[in-house]
Amino acid sequence: MDLEKGLVVDSVTGVDVALPIAGPGARSFAFIIDWHIRTILSVAWYIVAAMLHNGSLYVNAPLTPDSAWFVYVIAPPAAIYFLYQPIWEVVTRGHTPGKRMAGVQIVSREGGAPSVGSLLTRNVFRLVDSFPVAYAVGLVTTMVTRHHVRIGDLAAGTLLVYVHDGAPLTHYFADRPAESQLDATTAEVVAELLQRWEALDEAARRRMAQRILADTTDDEAILRARLESLATGGRS
Amino acid sequence: MNESPRDHALKVTLLRRSELWKNAAARMRRLAGGKTNDAADALSMADDYRMLAHDVAKIRRLLPDSRAREYLETAYAQAHASLHRPAWHPGHAILSLFRDEIPAVVSWLRPHIIWATALFILTVIAGYWMVHTYPDLIALFASPELIATVERGQLWTEGLLNVVPSSVLSLQILTNNIVVSLFAYCAGFLFGLGTLYILGLNGLMLGAVFAFTSLHGLGDDLFTFVVAHGCVEISVMCLSGAAGAAVGEALIRPGDGTRAESFQRAALRSGKLILACVLLLVGSGVIEGYVSPNPVFPLWTRIVIGVSYWVLMIVVLNGWLFGARRRGSNLPSLSGPA
Repeated sequence: MDLEKGLVVDSVTGVDVALPIAGPGARSFAFIIDWHIRTILSVAWYIVAAMLHNGSLYVNAPLTPDSAWFVYVIAPPAAIYFLYQPIWEVVTRGHTPGKRMAGVQIVSREGGAPSVGSLLTRNVFRLVDSFPVAYAVGLVTTMVTRHHVRIGDLAAGTLLVYVHDGAPLTHYFADRPAESQLDATTAEVVAELLQRWEALDEAARRRMAQRILADTTDDEAILRARLESLATGGRS
Repeated sequence: MNESPRDHALKVTLLRRSELWKNAAARMRRLAGGKTNDAADALSMADDYRMLAHDVAKIRRLLPDSRAREYLETAYAQAHASLHRPAWHPGHAILSLFRDEIPAVVSWLRPHIIWATALFILTVIAGYWMVHTYPDLIALFASPELIATVERGQLWTEGLLNVVPSSVLSLQILTNNIVVSLFAYCAGFLFGLGTLYILGLNGLMLGAVFAFTSLHGLGDDLFTFVVAHGCVEISVMCLSGAAGAAVGEALIRPGDGTRAESFQRAALRSGKLILACVLLLVGSGVIEGYVSPNPVFPLWTRIVIGVSYWVLMIVVLNGWLFGARRRGSNLPSLSGPA
């Protein structure tokens, strides 16, 4: 993690907090997922409500729509579509399903959870960011600003950062004796290779193991056993 | 592999603490997700935060490109976010917003409100004068259908309830008004010019339409239609314009901080007023859907409703409805440039 590329926030501990800032790619990815979710929900509601209202499989508006048509068929999907982002963000303090899937989260410029006022403000400014079409203003702004923020984020004092909830932490370090000669970086590589052993292509894992062990053996079982021995300081 | 025995020992010692990091991260996730009310967990958070800070400082030097560092940095950032998460008491927050914060914002925005209102009135007069003097100019402000209806001696609002139910009319109107109000606020981002444009255009349209209906003997009918909802609706337009103008001024004259800081401060402050505006527009929309197009209500009733709602708006914006007695030292300070 490069501190220069992220936002560095002062902490009372005296050790700065480094926040890896999400760029236009991650933001767009999160937006596209959320857009699909809210669109599917809105369309699904409309279709089901329209069929129930019409009493048939016909989903078009009646020639003289009554208030029930607007209240039950039109208003809820519109509310789902337009209020999806602000409601998710306020309730979860900076998350939406799309942001979770993209591994990003909204934080304040101090690194904390944003306030409700900030979240509402950044959503109101979507009117500007979405101008003139397809979030063009917002996308361009995220490309040209230092912290990759759109105008709504500038107004609200928020930004999007990566969250690595699933960042793996090797299990092997605790077991290794202090006198082990394997350096920590190599130990990490070995541990990760062992963790992903079954998922990797046979030739690829053999090649990597041979390179780490400086061994030309082709027998996978032997290579794996030697890697495990290396990782645990010869105690396995 | 070419490292000193001391560094090697330090790294191994540091990495042996990984179970402590995992426990801290798990505790933090429980607290952040509201999955525990355990006081011991909450108290441990402060110790975890210090422990993570200590280890982050070490790992940045000893293992700058490792997965362990990535894990630790994430855990540290999440602990920081959890500890700095503001308390959330919805009832108190709403009361404080309406009793203290909105009145303080209104007080701070007073010069902007005066200027926005003056601009709106001037543009209404200008629009009225233009169309009254050159009636053909109405084509700039109104649709051909509206012009044709007025030329037939009818207001476009007549029989509105026969076409659209009140509930739907209310919903459509309040949605439209809220979007216009939000636009007037956000357009302040263009150094205030967008806000001035929206305010000016709405003022010109209002004046022009009044002039055109007056020329065809329908001015009184239009006033009768507008008065119940218009007092608050027009006031809210001026308030939104004032909020947008404050955002614009913050960009033009940032004061002590940077433009970005000034913009953020002004947007967050004036945004509170916009929330009040949105709520007021919901009431206006209901009046415009149920009262304004309904011929059952005589002029005096409409005036009473319009003026009463306007007085309620003043009471709400000054916080009097929620117990604010006077504007003074007990209010949050909003002094300084926007």
